[in-house]
Amino acid sequence: MKFAIIEFPGSNCDHDCHYAITGALGHQAEYVWYQENSLAGFDIVILPGGFSYGDYLRAGAIARFSPVMDAVTKFANEGGPVLGICNGFQILTEAGLLPGALMRNVSMKFVCKNIYIKTETSDSFLTHDIDKGEVLGVPVAHMEGRYVADQNTLESLEDDDRVLFRYCDPSGQPSDKTNPNGSIDNIAGVVSAGRNVAGMMPHPERVCEEIIGGVDGLKIFQSMISYLATV
Amino acid sequence: MKASVTVTLKPGILDTQGQAVRHALLSMNGRQITDVRVGKLIEIELDEDDEVAAMKIVTKMCDKLLANPVTEDYDIKLLK
Repeated sequence: MKFAIIEFPGSNCDHDCHYAITGALGHQAEYVWYQENSLAGFDIVILPGGFSYGDYLRAGAIARFSPVMDAVTKFANEGGPVLGICNGFQILTEAGLLPGALMRNVSMKFVCKNIYIKTETSDSFLTHDIDKGEVLGVPVAHMEGRYVADQNTLESLEDDDRVLFRYCDPSGQPSDKTNPNGSIDNIAGVVSAGRNVAGMMPHPERVCEEIIGGVDGLKIFQSMISYLATV
Repeated sequence: MKASVTVTLKPGILDTQGQAVRHALLSMNGRQITDVRVGKLIEIELDEDDEVAAMKIVTKMCDKLLANPVTEDYDIKLLK
């Protein structure tokens, strides 16, 4: 399996993603600079976290116009799996590849902490190996993570089983108290109607080894790999 | 020609920045303040003299980049 990790000016979780894929799981990953215009030869694309273009105007708004985003859009439209983590999720919503938007946290503060997310469906390339209802411990680190969408979009996300994760307590119970940013319905991650483009605010690449506090993130990377083996 | 674009959050979208400013204004004893919403002002200089053409160009810019259609509204004013 060969992963493409897109690097924008200001990406800062690119190396963590690379390490999770190559170091922890022994698969191939290559960095793809934002000025590239082809993703030929890759099986899966990751847009990592960071602060592309300094979050100017809106987080993700300017990165979306990078040359590589035409290639990402083409890759996604042809059914290729694309995952956006944190700033990557923001870029995918700005590009219209995922519904909704990510806005300033309700607290108006940067939130950086270990939290829990409940897996809402196994029907995605991201959660292929994870049971519905399984709780994962994954950190968040963001200023703009409050997921918003209009009522029609929310209904279609729920009806089509497209909410991937919700912020919850260690037992899997979502509540306002376990919501780090004020996201509607505690939504932490979603998947596109075609089920091949996914976004999540928490950082799975930061929990891929016991020595740094956990391995729940590996389940997400492992899911992507075993999903790809089936297609 | 100059275009002045005002971008504001759609009604119903929680404006956390506006809330923070409101709290600060209240602490300045501004008791009459009932709500505050914060937007953006973007000024664009255009090499275009025709108003209709200029409006078309700036509208496209707003739809594609300057405002997020999910959360924001915009208003364009053209200034000679």
